[in-house]
Order: sequence, then structure tokens, then C-alpha cells
Amino acid sequence: MVWNKEAECMEREEKEKLQLKLLKETLKKAYENVPFYKKRFDEVGIKVEDIQSLKDIEKLPFTTKTDLREAYPFGMFAVPEEEIIEIHTSSGTTGKPTVSGYTKKDLEIWSEVSARAITMALGTKNDKIQNCYGYGLFTGGLGIHYGTHKVGATIVPISAGNTKRQIEVMKDFQSTILTCTPSYALYLAEVLEKEGLSPEEISLKSGIFGAEMWTEEMRDELEKRLGIVALNIYGLTEIIGPGVAQECPAKTGLHISDDHFYPEIIDIKTHQALGEGEKGELVLTTLTRDGMPIIRFRTKDITALRKDKCECGRTLVRMDRITGRSDDMLKIRGVIVFPSQIERALLKIEGLSPNYQIIVSRPKYLDELEVRVEASTELFSDEMKKMEEIENKIANTINKEIGLRVNVTLAEPETLPRSEGKAVRVLDLRKFD
Amino acid sequence: MEIKQISVFIENRKGRLKKALDTLSKAEINIRALSLAERAKYGILRLIVSDNEKAKSVLEENKFIVKENDVIVVEVPDKPNGLNSILEVLTDADINVEYLYAFVGKKTDEAIVVMRLENIEDGIKVLKSQNANLLTKEYIENL
Repeated sequence: MVWNKEAECMEREEKEKLQLKLLKETLKKAYENVPFYKKRFDEVGIKVEDIQSLKDIEKLPFTTKTDLREAYPFGMFAVPEEEIIEIHTSSGTTGKPTVSGYTKKDLEIWSEVSARAITMALGTKNDKIQNCYGYGLFTGGLGIHYGTHKVGATIVPISAGNTKRQIEVMKDFQSTILTCTPSYALYLAEVLEKEGLSPEEISLKSGIFGAEMWTEEMRDELEKRLGIVALNIYGLTEIIGPGVAQECPAKTGLHISDDHFYPEIIDIKTHQALGEGEKGELVLTTLTRDGMPIIRFRTKDITALRKDKCECGRTLVRMDRITGRSDDMLKIRGVIVFPSQIERALLKIEGLSPNYQIIVSRPKYLDELEVRVEASTELFSDEMKKMEEIENKIANTINKEIGLRVNVTLAEPETLPRSEGKAVRVLDLRKFD
Repeated sequence: MEIKQISVFIENRKGRLKKALDTLSKAEINIRALSLAERAKYGILRLIVSDNEKAKSVLEENKFIVKENDVIVVEVPDKPNGLNSILEVLTDADINVEYLYAFVGKKTDEAIVVMRLENIEDGIKVLKSQNANLLTKEYIENL
């Protein structure tokens, strides 16, 4: 099933014509209504009329997360505030989050692309979608919600958490599609097994999993243990939310709704555009949003694009499963963490040297964060009780900063890697390739 | 009556305990008593040694974290219920023992127990009042 055959199976030539037309409109909208873009374009001396082909997009400056943060809260809006009917933010735990504003038309676009995603994941109006993405400022919950309504399926807006209730609802309501992070889905599978429920006893047929990186091995595991087709969803608040791209059961990459979002891949060092199939950072431009047009947003997500027609019949550009980040951002249990936040927390503790190491692992299904710090005379005691107090104090300080529980381990002085490079400070043992 | 004990932070890595002990032996420091408290990632090595100052400085030179604190060393009858009689005195006086470890001296038939107390002054007072044999620094040096 294809939700919108005309858009999703459009011939590439026709699509590119449409993209160019929409791009020009977007640039005009952005230049005329968003002071940030006017300033940016003027600075590099580029005029909207200079963009005469899709390739010309490479002449335009990038938009970064920092730009969006500096425009907090409503600096990126391209319409009067009264036309904005909904606001979401990215999941920044400290500092200013990035804000996304939606007009009525923007919400319709979001519903449309989310409906496409749900349809790709086997959703029809006969399905019951148990949506365990969080509702609220986070886009996950409502993005799936709107798409489900559009498809005409039944939404079970249970939101995140409360595993016992999730399982009860899954059983009693006979939910057919599960939407959550892949690691939470694995956790649910484990609890189901503990309760002695086999895949045959629940009614799930597919899962729409995203908001964190995962692997083919995890997919195999989820499909086997839940008896479902497990599919990858991609989206980001800055662009619209979940539904920017979605896998179909052919599992050959995520179909980007490229009549709404124009994708490019750039080299992470030179920032030069890369060709089809080459791995680099994904850059996205909105083609249809009115409330907040975004030009060449650097997602920092590493992937590659494929333009050939998929066996499902869709011609939408596909992106590979995301295998990494071009910055040092970590996503731990769906929460964004920058090593600098941990560093900031550690600096608040007396007697602590600023040498630390962050170890991220996924021992079973859920991410774990270990922070290793060097002990010192101030951070050492002959009593185990006091040692535990020291570790707890450090863990609590970090918790306040990043909103996640961490395990703190003390190491001998001068044994942790020095600050020569950021990479050595973070040891991500999770495998995403 | 307080005896100085030194504690060393030992990471749970191959060779770290040996390195600490080698450091002491090279400096010709004698270890009178020792205990190792362990956690998954590290341990705390507690030592009663012949020369605290020297031990501390050589260990620190070798990048170990060292702390010094007061403990009491008590002679306990080497027979059933021997240790219990001492603990009873402390319990009755409401004094917590944080940890203890025992060793056997060469010169005596009694067992020797190193104790870290929550309130060392009161501990010494009650133990003395019950005629417990608290060992002095000089005595321990000659063990």
C-alpha cells in the first residue's frame, strides 16, 4: 500500500521540477520574512534569483542547531505569530532548546508525511496503533498521532513509560502496530516473555521504531521476539518531526518524503556535496513549510542517499540507516547528551580533575552511561561508605545536568586519556554499523 | 592510643596491588597488617606499616592516592568468643565499627584486631575501662 501514489511514485524528472519550484518559493519566503536568512544570504552575496537549478542549492549557506538556538524562541518564524497554531521543541535538557512552529498547513504536511510512514509500515484504517512515543513538546507522540488520524487508524495514545500498563493495553486492545524507541520495544519483548506471553498471543504485526540509532541485529531480535516487521522511522523537530523518512517492508533504506524535504549529503570535513551512495552528513531543506522554512539544515546524522526505484514502487529518495554522528552528540535512551554537559557538571565538584571518560554501552537492551573520573585525596576515603557517598554525589551532580542516571567509577590519577582529542573521552561501545 | 593507618586507592587492574606493595618494599617499609576492601572497579588497601611518613611519600611519588587516619589496635584473646567480648563493649556503648581486620602477631598468642571506629575517643575510653589491651605504636613497631 502506498498512501499517496502520485507523490510517492512520481517520476524523478517530474519530482525534480517540482522540487526546484518549491525550493524557489521557500527561499523567497525565508528571505523576505526571516531576518536571519536575509542577513545570511546578504552576507554571502547570494540572491534568491541565483538559484536556477537544484544543484545551485550548494551555493546557499547552512543552518545549524546553534543558529536555531540563537533565534530562540520565535526568531525563525516566517509568519505572524497568530498564524502559528502549534509549537514543539527539541529534547535539549539544558540551555535553550530549538523551537519549531507550525501553521495549519504545516500540521497538514506533517500529518501527510506521517500517514505515508504509517502506511509504509503496513498501517491501514483497520489498525490500532499503540503510540509509546512521548506526548508533549517532543514531536514523537503527536507526529504519529496526526498521521494515525489521517490514515483513519485507531490511535492508542498511551505515551511513554509504565510498562505494565503498556502490556495490559497491548493485550486487551489488541494493538496491531507499536511505535516507540527500538530499545524500549526490546524491553517490552523481554517483559512479555517474563509474563509468559508468546508473539502469537499478542496482535502486533509491525513496529515503527526510531528516535535512536539501532542495528540490523536489533531488528532481527525484535522481529523474532515480537513476531512483527520492525521498521525504521526518521525525523527531527527542526524539520518537522517523525515522518521525514520511513522504511517500507523491503528494508532497503528509509524513503524520504522529498517533495517536502530536500536531502543532500555533504562531506563532514570539506562540507562539499557528495554523490549518490556516498556516506556523509545529511542536510535537509524544507520545501513546503510556511511557519518555519529551514534552509540546508545540518542534521549531523551520517548516512547515504539512494535514488533508484524501490521494489515497493516508490521513487522517493532513500537514505541508509543512520550509522553515526558528525559531532560528539550522544543519544542515550533517547536523550541528547553532549560530553561538554558532563564536563560542566564535573567542574562543580571540588577536588575533581577535569579528566574524565564517558563510556556508553548497551549491555542488554537499554543504554548505560558510565562516567570515569580520577580519584584524588579529596575524593578518597578509607571507608567504603564514604566512597559510595562520593560516587553518588558525582552521579547526582551529573544527573542534574543531563537528566539521566549515570554510573560513576573512580580511577587512579593520571590514568584516563588526556584532553588531546574529544574522541578518546567518549567510548561508545554500542554498535550501529 | 590511636594508631595511624594508611589507605591506598587501588584500581582493579592487573598489577596495581603488586605495584603498591613493590613500592613499599623498595623503600624497605615493613607491613605490620593489611586488609583489602574490594568493589567491582577498585579496592581500598589499608595498611599498618613501620614508617607512615615514608610510606606515604613513596606511594604518592608513584601516583597513588594515600590517606592517613586513626584506628585502634586491640589484642583479643585467641579463643572462641574472643572478638565478641570486645565488640560487646562497643555495642553497649553505642559505638559503631566501620570495619575491622585481624592478624596474628609473632610475640603473642593473642590475635590482634585493627578497628576503625565511628567515634574513636569514646571507643578508647570504654575499651580501657573494660581493661581491653589497646596496643601502642611502640608495641606494634616491635611486633
